[in-house]
Amino acid sequence: MPRKGADIVIEALKEEGVEVIFGIPGGAIMEVYDALYRDGGIKHILARHEQGAGHMAEGYAKATGKVGVAMSTSGPGATNLVTAIADAYMDSVPVVFITGQVPTHLIGNDAFQEVDIVGITRPITKHNFLVKRIEDLPLIIRQAFYIAKTGRPGPVLIDIPKDITQKLSDVKIPSLEEVKESLPGYKPHLEGNIQQIRKAIKLMVEAKRPVLYVGGGAVQAEAQKELVELAELMKIPVTTTNMGKGAFPESHPLALHMLGMHGTYYANMAVYNCDLLIAVGARFDDRVTGKVEEFAPQARIIHIDIDPASISKNITVDVPIVGDVRIILRKLLEELKREGAKILYPEERQKWIEQIEKWKEKYPLTYSKSNKVIKPQYVIEQIYLATKGEAIITTGVGQHQMWAAMFYKYSFPRQFINSGGLGTMGFGLPAGIGAKIGRPEREVFVIDGDGSFMMTMQEIVTAVQYKVPVKVAIINNAYLGMVRQWQELFYERRYSEVDLSVQPDFVKLAEACGAVGFRAEKPSDVREIIEEALRIQDRPVIMDFHVDKEENVFPMVPAGKSYKDMILHDGKKPVEAETMYLVG
Amino acid sequence: MADTIGRMNLNTVKAPSFREVRKGEVRKHLINLTVRNELGVLARIATLIAGKGYNIEGLSVGETHEKGISRMTLEVIGDDVVIEQVVKQLRKLIDTLKVKDITDTAHVERELALIKVYTATPRARDEVLRLVEIFRARIVDVSPETYTVEITGTEDKINAFVELVRPFGIKEMARTGKVAMTREGISQEEE
Repeated sequence: MPRKGADIVIEALKEEGVEVIFGIPGGAIMEVYDALYRDGGIKHILARHEQGAGHMAEGYAKATGKVGVAMSTSGPGATNLVTAIADAYMDSVPVVFITGQVPTHLIGNDAFQEVDIVGITRPITKHNFLVKRIEDLPLIIRQAFYIAKTGRPGPVLIDIPKDITQKLSDVKIPSLEEVKESLPGYKPHLEGNIQQIRKAIKLMVEAKRPVLYVGGGAVQAEAQKELVELAELMKIPVTTTNMGKGAFPESHPLALHMLGMHGTYYANMAVYNCDLLIAVGARFDDRVTGKVEEFAPQARIIHIDIDPASISKNITVDVPIVGDVRIILRKLLEELKREGAKILYPEERQKWIEQIEKWKEKYPLTYSKSNKVIKPQYVIEQIYLATKGEAIITTGVGQHQMWAAMFYKYSFPRQFINSGGLGTMGFGLPAGIGAKIGRPEREVFVIDGDGSFMMTMQEIVTAVQYKVPVKVAIINNAYLGMVRQWQELFYERRYSEVDLSVQPDFVKLAEACGAVGFRAEKPSDVREIIEEALRIQDRPVIMDFHVDKEENVFPMVPAGKSYKDMILHDGKKPVEAETMYLVG
Repeated sequence: MADTIGRMNLNTVKAPSFREVRKGEVRKHLINLTVRNELGVLARIATLIAGKGYNIEGLSVGETHEKGISRMTLEVIGDDVVIEQVVKQLRKLIDTLKVKDITDTAHVERELALIKVYTATPRARDEVLRLVEIFRARIVDVSPETYTVEITGTEDKINAFVELVRPFGIKEMARTGKVAMTREGISQEEE
């Protein structure tokens, strides 16, 4: 039956199982909003800024594993989405962005609210489309979802000119088979080469000091069970990246927690001294490796990743295995069991585990405690305790993000949601709203900085409108804290333009927006207001924690340096720093 | 590297103090692409290469015998290691069907050039005509002042011809960029 292009959009979205769209209407996308209204089958969350809508869709996608959908009008609506699109691209988040466009006959004429969003987003999308014919519309929408969620996931943008949404067509919604056939150049490799898997097993069996280095790919693949099994079976300690948190339970005795710039002493020591590094869905980012020449200098490297372009990009690897992390780990475990493979040097392996235990005891993750001022780490610990470690945590970017990564212990995939690759300040609140909408049964805490919060704080109104009870904990040090820390450490305390001491009264701000606001100024208030916040389930809560202003994030490996240059929480270098080749 | 694993014995591996960072030679690469002729496909490829800070030295695009499928030959000067990365990323593009760096594979390559040479004097006309014969080129347009020469061949051949006619004065010149194809009978990697 002939129906409008706009109705085809809604029909195709429903075919994809879309439950919720985050967005803001405008001139060029009005037909689609009209179809949405007439249909009534898809929930829509009206954000207050398109960037917010984009991050909400990301938060929703990261929390649920489903494809998020964000929608905006042409021109400024589309450009406001750009930061979220780049963010989704860097962190491989499956989101479909739908933008309105001026009518086809006006494209290229500098029409009102016209921008070449397909051109702008070309380097920051996995793929993007400009719909030129209404007959292509349903296929393009289904292709977009297929591309966004398969292989290495990522954002896909569909730009739809207004006249396409108004035209009538009786074109059918294609089947998934037709979608796959229509993309001959796109065949994600999933299986993993068995020869490579056998080589990997040989290395794992022979290794004396192996380490598993687990990234966001393991979260996307939901491979926690397989990872735990592999680590336990082969007695391999596991370090997770910022994006990999939750892929391996952090309370597990083999957990080394995070590695890299703000990694733990023991994780970085283990990586520095290992003789086999098994990278699982991780991409050897510069925040992880530091100085490449001194990254795991003694190690052979196995790299399991779905993206062939990630292999040997930053670091040459010895055994690449391309495919889906979970499928490969399953095959690997099968092979291990089938061969009855045994660790070749069990005593050495035991010594390695013991050595790591010693490192853990010597320099555990800690901070200087205080009963006078609120330490930011203390706030995170109290949130951890109050939520029994079961909340989903989203963050902005900066010091609070690293503290949230360090002092909350994550146990399940998709539990820690933050902007890892792009490092987008302002990600936390909208992502938290999206996460809570996707996972209403979970408590969602937004651990935010005062700087980050102010970049997207208008979305608190969105949370009030839809009664989304996210808990926002502002780690308020009245600074752009991470920049201030770098200025302190590397620019002789010249605090150039980082003072945020002029700021709104966040409690009154919360109230003005229809949310609830609390403030904590001394350590004894902290737990109390968290408990108070947890009792509120019909609206968002903002908790303003006035923390120690010049607290730093440690351990830290300065950018571009090696693990040997690590600084511990007391500002000192670890004793072994000069002689890190202790083992081996 | 992977084939050395079987011989590897970790007991005897001496701990190196530095991880070797792979650096390649900087040279001209010839990359063949088979692509779907979709909106923006050339822009995607160009964006990706420009994003690495590289300039496209030569580019030819044309349809193949299959409907909707185009063939491109790209010339890029760059580090071997970075080009390897570029090729992997080109493969990831949704609209590319095949991408292959054929620099080190036996192949034939051809380029076509149109060169408008000043030939105002009888001597110049004779000389250029002779060069055209020697190079098996063709004169495709004549005016009282100029000959327009069409020449096909390898880059070297065209360069040599250009240098020989340069003294007469070149009014205009257009080159197509290379088209290239691997030689048959040589084992081909499927990509």
